[in-house]
Amino acid sequence: MNFVIIVISKLSDLQHYISCQGARAVPLAGHVGFDSMPDQLVNKSVNHGFCFNILCVGETGLGKSTLMDTLFNTKFEGEPTQHNQPGVTLKSNTYELQESNVRLKLTVVNTVGFGDQINKEDSYKSIVEFIDAQFEAYLQEELKIKRTLHSYHDTRIHACLYFIAPTGHSLKSLDLVTMKKLDSKVNIIPIVAKSDAISKSELAKFKIKITSELVSNGVQIYQFPTDDESVAEINSTMNSHLPFAVVGSTEEVKIGNKMVKARQYPWGTVQVENENHCDFVKLREMLIRVNMEDLREQTHTRHYELYRRCKLEEMGFKDTDPDSKPFSLQETYEAKRNEFMGELQKKEEEMRQMFVQRVKEKEAELKEAEKELHEKFDRLKKLHQDEKKKLEDKKKSLDDELNMFKQKKTAAELLQNQAQQAGGSTTLKRDKERKK
Amino acid sequence: MSEAVAPDAMVSPAVGVPYGEKAGGPVLDFSYVGIDAILEQMRRKAMKQGFELNIMVVGQSGLGKSTLMNTLFKSKVSRKSVLATAQEKIPKTIEIKSISHDIEEKGVRMKLTVIDTPGFGDQINNENCWQPIMKFINDQYEAYLQEEININRKKRIPDSRVHCCIYFIPPTGHCLRPLDVEFMRRLSKVVNIVPVIAKADTLTLEERDFFKKKIREELRANGIDVYPQKEFDEDAEDRMINEKIREMIPFAVVGSDQEYQVNGRRLLGRKTKWGTIEVENIAHCEFAYLRDLLIRTHMQNIKDITSSIHYEMYRVRRLNENNTVVAHTPPAPLQLTSTGCNSFAMTLPPLQPSTPSISQVG
Repeated sequence: MNFVIIVISKLSDLQHYISCQGARAVPLAGHVGFDSMPDQLVNKSVNHGFCFNILCVGETGLGKSTLMDTLFNTKFEGEPTQHNQPGVTLKSNTYELQESNVRLKLTVVNTVGFGDQINKEDSYKSIVEFIDAQFEAYLQEELKIKRTLHSYHDTRIHACLYFIAPTGHSLKSLDLVTMKKLDSKVNIIPIVAKSDAISKSELAKFKIKITSELVSNGVQIYQFPTDDESVAEINSTMNSHLPFAVVGSTEEVKIGNKMVKARQYPWGTVQVENENHCDFVKLREMLIRVNMEDLREQTHTRHYELYRRCKLEEMGFKDTDPDSKPFSLQETYEAKRNEFMGELQKKEEEMRQMFVQRVKEKEAELKEAEKELHEKFDRLKKLHQDEKKKLEDKKKSLDDELNMFKQKKTAAELLQNQAQQAGGSTTLKRDKERKK
Repeated sequence: MSEAVAPDAMVSPAVGVPYGEKAGGPVLDFSYVGIDAILEQMRRKAMKQGFELNIMVVGQSGLGKSTLMNTLFKSKVSRKSVLATAQEKIPKTIEIKSISHDIEEKGVRMKLTVIDTPGFGDQINNENCWQPIMKFINDQYEAYLQEEININRKKRIPDSRVHCCIYFIPPTGHCLRPLDVEFMRRLSKVVNIVPVIAKADTLTLEERDFFKKKIREELRANGIDVYPQKEFDEDAEDRMINEKIREMIPFAVVGSDQEYQVNGRRLLGRKTKWGTIEVENIAHCEFAYLRDLLIRTHMQNIKDITSSIHYEMYRVRRLNENNTVVAHTPPAPLQLTSTGCNSFAMTLPPLQPSTPSISQVG
């Protein structure tokens, strides 16, 4: 029996040791008790709660909201969207569901206006941006120095249900393009919506056509995992039934003596949960009851890692080999940060210079204005003084006139008095004559 | 596949509670959706992946560390059982020896790593004997951090971080020695420490209680926070359970990997002339409590605290120490002061020439 004992004195030794993983198998002589570990883990998760995020992509009117309602047995809020959206927007709603002791934070994201525009070239872009934004948010949180990954609300999309219109012929080019863009970012589960519009034989042909088109275009849809023996069988049979042909309904109809979810037509009733009528039960089984955890794990270990790798390489980080200096991320961080700070400082300098420049100019302007005001003031003052002088001259001349007049007046009065004394009677006479 | 359970009466579809609003009452599910199947899925995944546990034992030589490990895991996991040394020499310096085992019980596989520290506290001058141990623990955090930071990183980062450190206190019966206090004070900040009184069969029950009380007082007086730490209690239920444990630490343990016949049953114990000490009898020693704490109830909690608190603290420290503190002194703010009613003076150090002020207009 081989066993490995290593005296650890260097970090590189430790790394080597870990990679060897030379552990030996040891039989137990009695009940130790660590078989309760899965229970402990599950309890912790139950206390913490779960979260699951579904993205529904499909044209307006394909029954996305109804299917969500049917899947989770509740009525999610929202009203049917109009068909006249200018572009594709994503609307996300989060709900807290509880079943027995399991709390699930479910986020349903709907594509609003998908397929409604005349020019659909950019339809997929907003979806890809949204998915990337969720990855980015998680990456930011992971790269933070003080981070709280434990209580972080994971918004990354775990499953994307792609609704295919039930034409019965083949996939639309919009569908192919969109799925191709999404297949490396999210787990795609294609479903045929409103499949009560297709007959059974047409449906079989439709499914075959769809699968072959997906394969020939290299679209990677989500395959249910077949490595765990307990679910391998059911998963592999389900894999062959993709895409699922579903019907959604929240209305209940009385069949026999039970109320079942169904859609009632004049020619018959389509029961949602009847496996002969549609694949709804298969979808629910696969999506929720068997593979929810695997969907979450694939999102985290495959799609998110891919995104992270691309993003970090884009930012200029590189893994160095084990011999060169460790912590390359830190170094690059440092270098980038210094660069950034240098740029910032330069910008700051520039702004300062500009500011000073502006201040100078403004000052010069103000000085100009001041000077003008001074001049104006001087001019006005001068004018005022001139006016004053003129007025004073005039006053003076008027005064002179007045004086002269006064003199004349006194002189005249004097004369008059003399005249009166001399010929006072004559005036009287004249007065008398006037009176007559 | 389970069938839908629909009551006979006409039911109205239930309303999903939007997150953030607390509508009255829980969501009513009249038909089984299957969300709780995720528990089964998680369990399956955990069983497939297996678990990892890294325990470190620290204490002077001769305190029964290896025996206790063997007793805890009911198999020969200790260093002594693996290493067949001709003579047991006390090493001149502290060595760190790490041994891994794959054990399995009822389908649950676990990779157990026992990290032994021979030479601790055995020298004449024990100054800084905690340093190699602290370095080892930090090296594990470092290895994990480096792997986490990699661009191409493994699906499952191998977890070699020390989850729990069992510290063996010699059963003097008086109080903690300065070495114990120093070691626990330093290490309680980086790893979960579980102190135990070794070879507790040398203490009577009264001596044991007195010793324990003394130890608890000293731990409190020195501000040493051993597992379960008070500040990490999540809710009232946790606190209740942990308080009970905190009243019992340090556990007085006796280890043995030999079985004896007692009352017709074969039990692990130590046979002496005056009686047989049963290891798993809680009237005799507290080994069972230690085992339950470490393995049966709090193992996941121990690992969580290591990864979400101790590791994160290390990460913060490590990422901060390489960042230079940017001595960012902002330029002096612009001051626009108005002196008098008609003039303003702008100051912008140091580039601004003085401005004339507009004189009063009379």
